[in-house]
Amino acid sequence: MRRKLVLIIVLFGLCGIAPLKAGEVTDSAGRTISVPEEVNKVFASGPPASVLVYVLKPDALTGWPRALRDNEKPYIAPAQRELPELGRLTGRGDTANLEVVLKVAPDLIIDFGSIRETYISLADIVQMRTSIPYILVDGRFEATPTALRLVGNALGVSERGERLAQYTEKLFADLDATLHAIPEDQRPRVYLARGPDGLETGLKGSINTEIIERAGGRNVADPGDADIRRGIVQASMEQVLAANPDTIITWDRTFFETVWNDPLWAKVDAVQKGRVYLSPLLPFGWIDRPPSLNRLIGLRWLAGIFFPEHFRQDLRAQVREFYSMFYHVDLDEAALDTLLAGARGSRPQ
Amino acid sequence: MSVRDVSCASHLPAWGIVGTLTVATVLLAVSASLVGAYPVSLAEAARIVFRWLSGTSNGSTAETVLLEVRLPRIAAALLAGAALAGSGAVYQGLFRNPLVSPDILGVSTGAGLGAVLGIFLSLPIILIQGFAFIGGLATVAMVYAIAAAVRGREPILVLVLAGVVISALAGSMISLLKVLADPYDQLPAITFWLLGSLSSIRPADVWSVLPAILLGLVPLVLLRWRINVLSLGDDEAKTLGIEAGKLRIIVIAAATLMTASVVAISGVIGWVGLVMPHIARMLVGPNFDRLLPASMLLGAAYLLGVDTLVRTMSQVETPLGILTAFVGAPFFLWLLARGRHGWE
Repeated sequence: MRRKLVLIIVLFGLCGIAPLKAGEVTDSAGRTISVPEEVNKVFASGPPASVLVYVLKPDALTGWPRALRDNEKPYIAPAQRELPELGRLTGRGDTANLEVVLKVAPDLIIDFGSIRETYISLADIVQMRTSIPYILVDGRFEATPTALRLVGNALGVSERGERLAQYTEKLFADLDATLHAIPEDQRPRVYLARGPDGLETGLKGSINTEIIERAGGRNVADPGDADIRRGIVQASMEQVLAANPDTIITWDRTFFETVWNDPLWAKVDAVQKGRVYLSPLLPFGWIDRPPSLNRLIGLRWLAGIFFPEHFRQDLRAQVREFYSMFYHVDLDEAALDTLLAGARGSRPQ
Repeated sequence: MSVRDVSCASHLPAWGIVGTLTVATVLLAVSASLVGAYPVSLAEAARIVFRWLSGTSNGSTAETVLLEVRLPRIAAALLAGAALAGSGAVYQGLFRNPLVSPDILGVSTGAGLGAVLGIFLSLPIILIQGFAFIGGLATVAMVYAIAAAVRGREPILVLVLAGVVISALAGSMISLLKVLADPYDQLPAITFWLLGSLSSIRPADVWSVLPAILLGLVPLVLLRWRINVLSLGDDEAKTLGIEAGKLRIIVIAAATLMTASVVAISGVIGWVGLVMPHIARMLVGPNFDRLLPASMLLGAAYLLGVDTLVRTMSQVETPLGILTAFVGAPFFLWLLARGRHGWE
């Protein structure tokens, strides 16, 4: 009831301020929002949304939640490398100031992530206070094609959204077809090692390991049916040794470099077989950080690691294609080398 | 009750209790070494220990688990519990206040700030531990220096207040680093560190803190009688010919060294240093001669028990600091409700 009231107020507000031709968009929370016909400036509410907007319509992005680091810049189109840092709106630790949002004066605010009451109410409040339309987009990995179409439509680039959505659907379909033929017990047992000691991990079912499981890996950090919050937890070395994973995925360079010479980790199958893989992180992570479209290339990479006979892949060509298609950059050999260092694992000498 | 009365009253039972605690702690340590995520049977454990004693190794995973993972963790739990409860007993006597814990002068918050800074700078683990150790020592040194500079008429009150202020300052600096940290990998690492855990203990950690703890313990044992006098108050100490100020600085330095070194490897673990000395006092009375060993044994056994629970209860490790609070807080409230029996 209150939300409707808020919406009415907002609509009135929009009519008063912006007599542009308005199209209507229904977002993932079921809110119907009027969006200007031409959206040229978008405020991304957090890191996942900034990737989504950058991929679909880079010129519309007004800033990054956090300024790009120097090593990330070569993997981003030149026009977006120096965009200002605007902070984030979502979550408790708001670092974006509403005044900053108003100063940027975007045509649209986009949030890409989980659809919870907290975020819905935040969107309603911001929309009411700023009179800027605010849409919520479901960030679950499976919903990626829908998100691409929805936001492509809202930004007036529905053709591009459709093309990327089809790329994603094909990737999912290829993977499903392969996984269908591989019984559960022949799939790799995977451990996600986080932190410099590798003893932080994501539980099975958490957003942090979502794509490892989607790619057909069996996450060894499995608390069974226990009804607990799935997220990042601490593991002990003993648990790792007991689980004895045959594949380890990490994005921590310190861990990746020290694991080969560590007497404790040397007992783990994955280390003995040289199956520890360092996830590329540029310009966005391949596994997580942030949980957005950047995980698509990670999915392809993991499928190749988990099932090399079924996904005989040319990683360099696929990466080059993906980065050109999604990130608007053509990578040269040196950039590819930097990006993929460690992505093929290594064998202890 | 004067010091002399305490030392004579119930002399034998108190030492009997200390002996019983020792045996119980050893038994607990042995049984803790036989449980865990990786199955190691009693017979296998005995063979592994025998091989280790004879200096040979068969390189099996069970051997690695027992010798390199489980036993170091048990040793670390014993050391951390003993050091925290021991410094707690010292501080409670020193400040003549039962509500005092080892963190009163900011050692944990300072160590926390050091560790968080290390995580924030993406340093290797050994440096993070070093930062935590130095952070803890430096914070207490700063608190002491401020208190000495103020020279109030109530030296203890000034010391405690300086501790509160500097702790709060360090706490807000931790918050600032949390805001600036990378939310995807640094922030979880910071959170876990501040909750305390023994899950990543390695043999080297134990060997590096053991000398520091012993170094802190020696003056406390040697000065145990004078610490008793100190708990009577500065004026009484003076009439007995003890210079409270000088003694206090030695005792604070010793207790801080013990706490800072365990916090560096375990993260912040609350409640052990606050609650265990109380239980010890109920068992053996306030005489520091027996209170110190009883507190340390109780702390060691308690922390080992909780840590064993943490690592066997479920697939997921609950951070140690959370569980010690869940057990410690209700117990402390019960103590409060019961009155200050055993203290006076």
